[in-house]
Amino acid sequence: MNLFADAIAWLADPAHWQGAGGVPVRIGQHLLLTALALVVAAAIALPSGALLGRTRNGGAVIGAVAGSARALSTIGVLTLVGLWLGIGIGPPLVALIVLAVPSLLAGAYSGVQSVPDETTSAARAIGMSGAQVIWRVEVPLALPVIVGGARAAALQVVATATLAAYTANVGLGRYLFTGLKTQDYGQMLAGSILVILLALALELIFATLQRIAARHASPSLPSKRTPS
Amino acid sequence: MRSKNLLRIGSALGIALIGAGALAACSSSDPLDNPDTTDNSNGGGALVVGSQDYYSNEIIAEIYAQALEAGGYEVDRQMRIGQREVYMPEIEGGKIDVFPEYTGNLLQYLDADATATESQDVYDALADAMPDGVRVLEQSDASDQDSYVVTKEFADENNLSSIGDLAGIEGLTLGGNSELEVRPYGPEGLKSVYGVDVAFTPIEDSGGPLTVKALMDDQVQLVDLYSADPALASGDLVMLEDPEGLFLASHVVPVVSDAVDDDAAAIIDEVSAALTAEDLVALNAQSVDEESPAATIAGDWLADNDLV
Repeated sequence: MNLFADAIAWLADPAHWQGAGGVPVRIGQHLLLTALALVVAAAIALPSGALLGRTRNGGAVIGAVAGSARALSTIGVLTLVGLWLGIGIGPPLVALIVLAVPSLLAGAYSGVQSVPDETTSAARAIGMSGAQVIWRVEVPLALPVIVGGARAAALQVVATATLAAYTANVGLGRYLFTGLKTQDYGQMLAGSILVILLALALELIFATLQRIAARHASPSLPSKRTPS
Repeated sequence: MRSKNLLRIGSALGIALIGAGALAACSSSDPLDNPDTTDNSNGGGALVVGSQDYYSNEIIAEIYAQALEAGGYEVDRQMRIGQREVYMPEIEGGKIDVFPEYTGNLLQYLDADATATESQDVYDALADAMPDGVRVLEQSDASDQDSYVVTKEFADENNLSSIGDLAGIEGLTLGGNSELEVRPYGPEGLKSVYGVDVAFTPIEDSGGPLTVKALMDDQVQLVDLYSADPALASGDLVMLEDPEGLFLASHVVPVVSDAVDDDAAAIIDEVSAALTAEDLVALNAQSVDEESPAATIAGDWLADNDLV
């Protein structure tokens, strides 16, 4: 039995590309869930990470929060939240947010923290207001590292969003669970391939964003060099 | 010093080799190891006892394992292997010797066209359908079969007692493991046997707390729970009757390989005879409510029934 041939055959079957359980719908759900988790996680992690990075004394807190949150089992969080909220898209969303926060938080913290004091002092000295210092000096300089954190978070979330199918009729994980439980490994592998393709696409997009941010942060440097 | 060390290593190797030889000699002179099973792929003389990835199944497997050990057999435990699709090939391949199964579900797996629904018919059909080199021992009174369950409130509101009473109710959603969607007794079976239309929502915890909560919260109206589920004892849930036999009668039955001789089979048969349906619910409740490990629950039950 050639699993790859089965997977290709599964993907090539037009019946699998139609209707509510079809590939385009599942990919749409998967991406929507990924985006939603990332946006909510960013709303939580970026301001707090940047704030702590600015005061420069939150390193221990960030380390503790990011480290312990990373150690949480995503399926454990999902089940716990599921018992609280009930099934549906809520529990996997919360679990994915918990998954994405550490990378985003660490990125925002180290990005802002790495902006030298002299630079912000100089900006203030030439008459920039507090908001201008943040938006025209600190954020552009920190952006490559922040985007790097987002890139790591996006990769983790898009791969783990398969767990949405644990409590909801949503996402590419449906193919994985159904394929596994019914020995339809072609379907399972096809689902995995789709997840991998999505992950690669997101990785490409974020790598490009990171390069643009780096060029923006240090225009004098050759574009290949990214400050870290 | 160098040569001394070499000498020491050499003699250690020698002892290890002699030890391995002695072990091999022991296993080949093992009286339980008849010639049919010497090239059994699990190697050694131990009986491999496996279980599904389902706590109740693991308790039963543990009961078999401890009873066999009390009877002087060496046992190798391979618990929580997964679903039927994963472990059946292993059993057929001779890698597992004793496995607790359920008559109806196993028959439907082995023969999708099977029509038997009554307990004894199912058992007879199953005995015929077993692959070469594997057989079933006597079935137990204890049953643990899929059943459709609704809340008591929903049953009272809609005057439900049988699955067929669901016909005509709009907006029903069935919740269960994703494979339920493609099982013969899933949405398709509900439609063809009882004329009941349902949507499907996957809840991947095998009738566990998420499934029960989803039912209590009315996020789904119908779930597939096992008939021995302790949650059924609470009184908040109603198991719907199944007069058309959508689900096969599914009693606990041990599946064994040829490595299980008559003495071992007799030990397991004694266990099956003693295990009642009430016992199984009680064993499950001990696992769920008291969180006792399978080995403790199994040991206590065997001691209470004077089987060890």
